[in-house]
Amino acid sequence: MNSYRHSVVLDVEKCTGCTTCVRHCPTEAIRINNGHAEINTDRCIDCGECIRVCPHKAKKAMCSKFEHYMHYKWKIALPAPALYGQFDGLDDVDSVLQGLKDIGFDDVYEVAKAAEVVSGYTRILLKSEAVKKPVISSACPVISRLISLRFPYLKDNILPMLPPMEIAAMEAKKKAKAEHPELKDDDIGVFFISPCAAKVSYIRNGYGDYKSNVDVVVSLSDIYFLLIGAMKKNITPQISSEAGMIGIGWASSGGESSAILNDSYLFADGIENCIQVLDSIENGNIPQIEFVELNACIGGCVGGVMTIENPFIAKTRLQTVRRYMPVSKNFIPSDISFVPESFITDSLPNYTPISRLSDSLSESMRMMAKIQEIRKGLPGIDCGACGAPTCRAFAEDIVRGQNNGRKCVVLEHTEDSVNCEGENDDS
Amino acid sequence: MSESLNFHFDVDGDNFVSAGQASVQVKKNLRRLGLPPEIIRQVSIALYEGEINMVIHAGGGEADINVYEDRIVIVLADKGPGIPDINLAMQEGYSTATENVRSLGFGAGMGLPNMKRYTDEMKIESEVGVGTTITMCVYLK
Repeated sequence: MNSYRHSVVLDVEKCTGCTTCVRHCPTEAIRINNGHAEINTDRCIDCGECIRVCPHKAKKAMCSKFEHYMHYKWKIALPAPALYGQFDGLDDVDSVLQGLKDIGFDDVYEVAKAAEVVSGYTRILLKSEAVKKPVISSACPVISRLISLRFPYLKDNILPMLPPMEIAAMEAKKKAKAEHPELKDDDIGVFFISPCAAKVSYIRNGYGDYKSNVDVVVSLSDIYFLLIGAMKKNITPQISSEAGMIGIGWASSGGESSAILNDSYLFADGIENCIQVLDSIENGNIPQIEFVELNACIGGCVGGVMTIENPFIAKTRLQTVRRYMPVSKNFIPSDISFVPESFITDSLPNYTPISRLSDSLSESMRMMAKIQEIRKGLPGIDCGACGAPTCRAFAEDIVRGQNNGRKCVVLEHTEDSVNCEGENDDS
Repeated sequence: MSESLNFHFDVDGDNFVSAGQASVQVKKNLRRLGLPPEIIRQVSIALYEGEINMVIHAGGGEADINVYEDRIVIVLADKGPGIPDINLAMQEGYSTATENVRSLGFGAGMGLPNMKRYTDEMKIESEVGVGTTITMCVYLK
């Protein structure tokens, strides 16, 4: 199995082995080994919870630095719409776009613009019989990976369309070549300004068989600090924004759903909520709906770990930004009834049953029985002090032979106190 | 003679909110056993419907899921009011749920029919005033 390349990195110096991330990881992918956190890459879904909760800032998302990629002759910035929610008092997207040019980009292609196109075509797809309902958004890479690892039954429900970021990258390259025929493929660098770690991994690994069109991923927070300076200087921004309310609405949870333009949708945010919703869909235990939008981060993309502002404040700011915008500028002709082939994808990572104990059922059953037996002897308080997230996970690690000598602190303590009492009795 | 693995759950009749928990837990365990997604879905839906039924009609009960190498057996036992007419209860859309329960989105009369649809065998033993035991079986091969 090809190992998935993740974007979460650990600063071993800063990690104290405190177990906070271990207990918050929704896929139980982290253990404390030799005093610091270790991520099981097969299980990690890049949700960024560990980065968010780490009290020592020992975890971060690995991104590229803009200044290291100056060799591209034509550098195009792809700002995620979440970027617009970071600035205090911003009422004109153009000043952000101009700022991006001022800090060294040759052109800007708004992901929000591509989002409008995706919304437009999603509405067309929902009318066709070819898609399995409810259609689940393909925009959050955490959700797509989670489905491939844990909800294989829902694989066919994923919107078979590339996410806005990919369509933006594709269109931006097309535009650059049309406007500057002298540019070669290698001259053009597409830089995605990412709010989250998951998109970094997505771009690095591709999506099933699909290879990303983005060349470099830079962190939204890095770009923010460069922009702040540049935006103060510019007085009359030149480029005009090409997105409408719908495209910018994608930055926060519910935005993509509302663009369906009917009330037959569900949206949820926060990874635990998303898992519960997926469980319910799998059990057939949800109302009849057409569309499901799931965002791993609370608040949606504005809640990504590489943003600056609190997601709810960012969302409110976006309301100001969107105020005088047209509803949509997707320019899809009204008589079109199909989606361009280049936007369609059915590439999804294959189902990898990560939690499976063994390939053979009888062996799995034997192991499970052993886990149950060990678990009975454990305190069951899931304190995490051993370095595993729960007593069950501790037992499972022992049976899988992955325990690495971790011990139950509570049991040891209890035994010690029994011994102490014994000594007291003797004296 | 094959070994079996047992998962036992007490389904709390007073707590509507927790109904469906056994189903989620069993789903996790079946994934760990590496069973095919379709089987996992069948078992979790049948168990979910059964759990809800026990909470709505019987004030709770007990759920036992036994995994054998060739089949999964789900036993749901309660000490509720019992089912007077099983044939009637098996009809799609027939429900004795209260208005209260229906307002929560349950009681559509699809519980027992769904349990039958998603399992390979189903047996209902019920005595009015004593309780109901439902045994369902999903084949693995």
